[in-house]
Amino acid sequence: MSLTKDDVYRVAALARLQVNEEEIEALVSDLSRILKYADQLQQLDLMGVKPMSYVLATHTVTRPDVIGSSLTPEEALTNGPDVEEQQFRVPAVLEG
Amino acid sequence: MTEFETVIGLEVHVELGTQTKIFCGCAVEFGAPPNTHVCPVCLGSPGALPVLNEEALKLAIRAALALNCTVRQESKFDRKNYFYPDSPKAYQISQYDEPVGEHGFIEITVQGEKKRIGITRVHLEEDAGKLTHSPYGDASLVDLNRVGIPLIEIVSEPDLRTAEEARLYLEELKSIMQYCAISECKMEEGSLRCDANISLREVGQRELGTKTEIKNMNSFRNVQRGLEYEEQRQKKMLLKNEKIVQQTMRFHEESGATVAMRSKEDAHDYRYFPEPDLPRISLSREYSEERRAEIPELPAERRQRFVEVYGLPLYDAEVLTVTKALADYFDGTASRVRDPKSASNWIMGDLLAHVKANGLEMEQVRVKPEQLAELIGVIEKGTISSKIAKNVLKEMLDSGKDAKVIIEEQGLIQISDEGQLREIALRIIATNKKSVEDFKAGKEKALGALVGQMMKETKGKANPQLVNQIMLALISD
Repeated sequence: MSLTKDDVYRVAALARLQVNEEEIEALVSDLSRILKYADQLQQLDLMGVKPMSYVLATHTVTRPDVIGSSLTPEEALTNGPDVEEQQFRVPAVLEG
Repeated sequence: MTEFETVIGLEVHVELGTQTKIFCGCAVEFGAPPNTHVCPVCLGSPGALPVLNEEALKLAIRAALALNCTVRQESKFDRKNYFYPDSPKAYQISQYDEPVGEHGFIEITVQGEKKRIGITRVHLEEDAGKLTHSPYGDASLVDLNRVGIPLIEIVSEPDLRTAEEARLYLEELKSIMQYCAISECKMEEGSLRCDANISLREVGQRELGTKTEIKNMNSFRNVQRGLEYEEQRQKKMLLKNEKIVQQTMRFHEESGATVAMRSKEDAHDYRYFPEPDLPRISLSREYSEERRAEIPELPAERRQRFVEVYGLPLYDAEVLTVTKALADYFDGTASRVRDPKSASNWIMGDLLAHVKANGLEMEQVRVKPEQLAELIGVIEKGTISSKIAKNVLKEMLDSGKDAKVIIEEQGLIQISDEGQLREIALRIIATNKKSVEDFKAGKEKALGALVGQMMKETKGKANPQLVNQIMLALISD
């Protein structure tokens, strides 16, 4: 399976990445090669092999429902670009 | 004229009643000052790792079973990717293709007919932060306290045909969640939220029409209003041969109208993939059975039992089973009295009026079921009349005292001594000659006046039935 420039632009837009003209050809070819490799893997006969979504053998790891420590609001907001009324201040977004 | 059929499916988010968030130990607290329950996991800080809250998993499985779902022995979490300031990680941890529960249903009663509404799936996910508009202009403010609060999303099949059915479904769903102590389901606090999908198709047509999604309906009544409005809007468009655009509509409470928010297009490419930071969930049969054992008698069964065992009218059974606390209260009272209907009358009347007037929860009512049962018992025995009992109950609700104590303190015991009543009756007759003559002249109402005089004379303590009998016998001579 090979990709078009438009596919790459679309994927980049979904990931909020800016891609310029010079980069696009290289990305199309790199991503196409990755997909080709995936195609190759698809040819393996995996009948009877369970799909794997997690690499470790551990499962159902839980913690008790007990309140632990939180940051102070000052700490929590330290890395925010802008703060107002103890909240992160971001460019106005439309009702979503 | 073309006839249309409405097709509705609901997506309901229910906040799980845990102490802490789904993936970290931050407290869950409604209305806390902004950004006071936030940690690196909530902030999506690099290296912060989520760990699943065991209680959230338990509640989700209990909910799935209460909704008659099959619980998957194997499930997992996925990342739903989107960019929006309510989610600092730029993804929401949710479940995509392996939800904890699927293929369930609940039953609703529509105009006396039972109808089964399919539940497609129940999955676990985390809530997002809260955005408000800055009072000082062109910015949005982000509070991350709500990030990571555990939710289940309950998706129905498109089995609902009217806005009323949608409301009935929500009411039943809410009751089930409350009975199972999964969530308080307070819509005004956002612990139950509902989005609705609605489309119309010509009657007899198989394939579904183009749907719209309605958001921002903050009460069951508004869900019904929003759906009714949208149903009419789509119908008018279809009759004019206009095309429905698949889009998200916002319900506007003041006008009752639905207004387009955004069109869907590619906005919904969430690029789900398995969450690599959370191990898979694998549940034993015993685990599920333990959760099943936690489910109490559900509202539908309870309604039926109230009708069949206590002989209540269906209406009473419906009112009394709305919440588990109320149903428990009725059970506790009715099982201790001779006539369960009288328990129903007292609870649905004076007791609920008191609860409503004072904005109480059932748990806060000072009169316990056994105390109400005792009061009903003394009425049944004829110790006090129903009329006096009303005042006694009022006193009980205010003070928490037992009925017998109040009756004794205030000397309210009903006068059922025939000799004593006859004596009083003769006195009344002597001083109310006019009424007696009226009665003899055929004015039956005059009897009422005489009885009234007697009740007044005894401060309402006279046994009304006996008074009637005695008075009638005396003046009919």
